[in-house]
Amino acid sequence: MIRRHHDPLDRVDPADPADPVDPVDPAARRAVLRDGLGVALATGTYGVSFGAVSVASGLSVAQTCVLSLLMFTGASQFALVGVVASGGAPLSAAATAWLLGTRNTLYGLRLGPLLGWRGRRRVLAAHLLIDESTAMAVARPRAELARLGFLVTGGGIFVLWNLFTLLGAVGGTVLGDPRTYGLDAAVGAAFLALLWPRLSDPLHRLVAVLAAGVALGLVPLTAAGVPVLAAGGVALLTGLLAGVRARSRAGRSS
Amino acid sequence: MSALWWAVLAGGVGCYLLKLAGLAVPASLLDRGWVRRSADLVPVALLAALVAVQVGAEGQGLVLDARAAGLGAAVVLLLLRAPFLLVVAGAAATAALLRLLAG
Repeated sequence: MIRRHHDPLDRVDPADPADPVDPVDPAARRAVLRDGLGVALATGTYGVSFGAVSVASGLSVAQTCVLSLLMFTGASQFALVGVVASGGAPLSAAATAWLLGTRNTLYGLRLGPLLGWRGRRRVLAAHLLIDESTAMAVARPRAELARLGFLVTGGGIFVLWNLFTLLGAVGGTVLGDPRTYGLDAAVGAAFLALLWPRLSDPLHRLVAVLAAGVALGLVPLTAAGVPVLAAGGVALLTGLLAGVRARSRAGRSS
Repeated sequence: MSALWWAVLAGGVGCYLLKLAGLAVPASLLDRGWVRRSADLVPVALLAALVAVQVGAEGQGLVLDARAAGLGAAVVLLLLRAPFLLVVAGAAATAALLRLLAG
């Protein structure tokens, strides 16, 4: 899920698990617990908007709930149902969700050494790897606190997100024609709210405008779902072109 | 099983595997400049395109309707730093009200 903050990896340095060891302060544990639960409550409850939007887009209640249980990464979920709503092929919908999901891979690269889990624990922990759990783990000074922040935030969101997805989906089914309630307009607003915190960077703003332009330009020419995927191509191209700039920036900061 | 069910299952399993890959693959393999930059920009481009298509497209055509007004309301609410649910609900309410008034 993308929440309304900057990429967690942008602004904080990962903790060093090899820091000098003393017993973890109970107050520090309580603070991590409290922060994690607060974020979980704020994030989990907006599962209700996903549930309502998803059934409005043509998914069944069961499909909506399976999506929250299995995919469990909000931006990808909204993207999948958004492409379905615009009439896109199921494969385009899944591919868009995958592309948005690559973000979590990057989070994992950063968190893997910090959490230090192997085997079954790693397989289970991977499911909770989302924006919020990363943000609440990566800034912790100790591995134990990082694990606590990750589990409390990720686990709390998982429970609430799925509960509220079900509520939203059932509620959305009862409501009838979604257009009467403006639910079709809610989808665009949800994507904008997810995008908003990323627009502070000028390069991101440029990419956003280009991508929106390319997508709208392709709508009359291609099958539904293709314009959004093509916009992903804009990002890859810009990523390559921005290489020089990024290298010079990295050179300055090191 | 319908094509939509396959999209739900394949999409879900794929997104899980992307998470697991991050935790399981040696960092040096993927932690390169172009990967990092693209992973940074891809969500921005996809979300911007999704906003545009959700609000401006009707089938194969481009339209300006109540959804655009809803997006305008969302922008105002975001500038006011409203929480996510309020932004979404405000956009929906604006579009619904406009449709109600337009009959």
